[in-house]
Amino acid sequence: METKLTAKDFASGLPVKWCPGCGDFGLLTMIQRTMAQLNVPHEKYAVVSGIGCSSRFPYYVNTYGFHSIHGRAIAVASGVKLSNPELFVWVITGDGDGLSIGGNHMIHAIRRNTDLKTVLFNNRIYALTKGQASPTTLQDSKTKTTPAGNPDYPFNPANFAVSIGCGFVARGIDNDLNYGAEILQKSALYKGFSFVEMIQKCVVFTDKEFDAYKNPQTKDELTVRIEHGKPMIFGKNRNKAVIIKNFKPEIIEFDPANPPKDLTVYDSTSREMAYIISNIVPPQFPLPLGIFINSPKKTMEENYMDILQPQKSSISDYFPQSETYEIK
Amino acid sequence: MSEKTKKIKVEERSVSIIKFAGDSGDGIQVLGSQFANTNAVAGRDLSTLPDYPAEIRAPAGSPGGVSGFQIAFGDNSVMTPGSKVEILVVMNPAALSVNLKSLEKGSLIIANSDAFTQEACKKAGYETNPLEDGSLSNYRVITVPANSMVQETLKDSGLQPAQALKCKNFFMLGVIYWIYDLPIENTVKWLESKFAKTPEILEANKKALFAGYNYAENTEIFDSRFQVKKSNPKKGKYKNLTGNEAAAYGLIAASKKLKRKLFYGSYPITPASEILQTLSKYRAEDLVVFQAEDEIAAVCSSIGAAFAGALAATGTSGPGLSLKAEALGLAVITELPLVVIDVQRGGPSTGLPTKTEQSDLLQAMFGRHGDCPLVVMSASSPADCFHTVYEAARISVKYMTPVIVLSSAYIANGSEPFRIPADNELREFELTALPEPEKFQPYLRDEKTLSRPWAYAGLKSYEHRLGGLEKSGETGHISYDPDNHQRMTDIRREKIRNVANEIPPTMINGDESGDLLVLSWGSVYGAASTAVEKARKKGMKVSFINIKFINPLPPDLGEKLKKFRKVLIPEENDGQFAHIIRSEFLINPLSLTKVKGQPLLYEEILKAIEENI
Repeated sequence: METKLTAKDFASGLPVKWCPGCGDFGLLTMIQRTMAQLNVPHEKYAVVSGIGCSSRFPYYVNTYGFHSIHGRAIAVASGVKLSNPELFVWVITGDGDGLSIGGNHMIHAIRRNTDLKTVLFNNRIYALTKGQASPTTLQDSKTKTTPAGNPDYPFNPANFAVSIGCGFVARGIDNDLNYGAEILQKSALYKGFSFVEMIQKCVVFTDKEFDAYKNPQTKDELTVRIEHGKPMIFGKNRNKAVIIKNFKPEIIEFDPANPPKDLTVYDSTSREMAYIISNIVPPQFPLPLGIFINSPKKTMEENYMDILQPQKSSISDYFPQSETYEIK
Repeated sequence: MSEKTKKIKVEERSVSIIKFAGDSGDGIQVLGSQFANTNAVAGRDLSTLPDYPAEIRAPAGSPGGVSGFQIAFGDNSVMTPGSKVEILVVMNPAALSVNLKSLEKGSLIIANSDAFTQEACKKAGYETNPLEDGSLSNYRVITVPANSMVQETLKDSGLQPAQALKCKNFFMLGVIYWIYDLPIENTVKWLESKFAKTPEILEANKKALFAGYNYAENTEIFDSRFQVKKSNPKKGKYKNLTGNEAAAYGLIAASKKLKRKLFYGSYPITPASEILQTLSKYRAEDLVVFQAEDEIAAVCSSIGAAFAGALAATGTSGPGLSLKAEALGLAVITELPLVVIDVQRGGPSTGLPTKTEQSDLLQAMFGRHGDCPLVVMSASSPADCFHTVYEAARISVKYMTPVIVLSSAYIANGSEPFRIPADNELREFELTALPEPEKFQPYLRDEKTLSRPWAYAGLKSYEHRLGGLEKSGETGHISYDPDNHQRMTDIRREKIRNVANEIPPTMINGDESGDLLVLSWGSVYGAASTAVEKARKKGMKVSFINIKFINPLPPDLGEKLKKFRKVLIPEENDGQFAHIIRSEFLINPLSLTKVKGQPLLYEEILKAIEENI
């Protein structure tokens, strides 16, 4: 009988070299835990990454791993998956790796719906190169390349993925291991390209940036859980909700003992709803966490299967008699 | 044979060169390939060169819209599609004006005179009709009223006049078959399979073909027929292939022999797209074609496929090779097998995208960051693309390294008969032995080759991590140790040097020593060998070596070169191979270069031989 695997069974044993206190430790645990839960043998996992702090990840899991070059994790992973569809392929990337230098691969893998479990560690900074603004750095933020404040608009990764048609999009946060593992497990069970944005603190450059979402005093006011079939209620006293009215998000307050009957109920199969809700950002709104969309469609591998010809066994089979001539 | 044809003079040729030219819509490529196939079946060696208009839809009848197809055919001495045309077949005045310069005095022009209207002549830049104004008096001109003849022939066929007119290329082909005394049956067979579902079109084309043949036989407007020698090709099954098609089949053959899936990741780029298109026809469970979103994804997906155990390849041209450079470094440091086919075109930048050049050589050799050696090979003819790509795949797997194969637009678009090899004629693949799982380390090496084992993702108990960071020897763990980096750099260099053990002894055509040696690589081979052959016939003492491996170079090459007073290197770039030979062997070769988007002609090489002998 097989024994039940645990997160520890997926540790490679190599020293983990992230800075003490880095959010990546939590994400490592979440993913190792998810791997153990899925009951997939070690050799059937391939973990592919690009370059950046997050991309050190493959060295710390004892499966097949590939630490590629900056921005190219998804391109490498696509080749792995297409040539061996039996493999369960994870892509570990960051905000710079996945959305800046690797943006093109990201949008095309989403377009094709390649079956890749993509986890984008979003710390809103180029950390490995020591503190330059990334495509998710908030406007006005001071970084080494934006000493007077970031003039550029940021990407909202989850909203980006929803808006270009990704079938599974979610957002988690590095300190909530249980919820993160739950999201990741659902993303892993989704057949197709899944995109999970993991909010992750960088202890060196964005140490305090996400604290308010984690602090027990403030987190209930500043975050909202998105769950299919449920209203988007938040607040310490569960007295607020995000609703959608005339295609616009709004916050309403109510008596928690007597919530209104017509609160918007979240539907994770609705791309329209996913667009509106993944697009809300603090400070006007709480930060939405959870699964924005979970709407399966045929994967790239399945679509490729549809157009296959029968296999031929030798090179001469590629030259039918009618197209050749013989010299005797 | 009829009474009349007996009176006709027969002109004998070892090789003849014909060019068909007309508007893009005149069916020139079909005409040319039918003529080529008929000659191939008749046992002649041949070499073809299609010549497409640069613009997709140039105006009809304009010089920019002229499509051409040149074929050299005859005995075993056919090495190139040739430079000077013996018979030029033109379907309109523009085709004549564009191609007249490729004719020598006295050569034959066969013109569809019905197309030489005043308007058409004007469009082609002629003030008066060149067929009538005496301007072609240096040539033998034969006019064939193909339009009216084919319409007359097909008047009862039920086809609309415009439709009937489309058969004029087959009428012309009939005429040419008569001139060369070639059988019609091969083309009839082709028509029957091609138009099986449209019997009226089939009948019309057949009728036009026969009518053309009979017209030529009956009208006595030709005073001679050509009799071209046959070659004695090796027995076997043949197909006429372009270099790009041959490269695609080379990859397929390698994957069948290795018994691994073929993965081809590529991005459309002229003149390499035909490899991607050819492979796309055969997508199967064991033949994965991935049209990537860009050049970088093309090479990276192929690297991923190699990591997952497939025989992985990518194809591109110069600008794409530049984009792939960083990822090639990844393939070098992760030591994964990968075939990269670079179909060279005129550069730099977008340059001359449809024209041929050999100017990616130094990029292939050195165009990467860090000390990053890989294997560089070159293909010398269309059919040779098959064999070179196959060998590249074999070496990439044996030595766990990327291999760049340099092709060029000239041989990629040109075609020649390809003998389809039997499975047992193809060399076996050799893989570095995979040790027992307990003893496995990803960078444990074979002592002789220095290659590492190919444990691919999915294999039980061989789980390991690869990446672009420097590896500690054996374990493959990340290492910043200075001595280790030195050691790994040494190993990567030595491993590629060991590929020299795969190179057969260098064949020298001619004396082993002397005054002059011509040294060629890649697609110059045909012109260079023809030039040397002609020089010898003229009594000159000149020897010839053609190189397939550029990195590493053949181990015996330096010795051989040093036995000659002069080494002449003809190449279609600004002297890149000469640069390599100079720095490698400390000799000073003579460099014959040409950067015009056109292949070097044997006449040009012959001239250089004459000047230096």
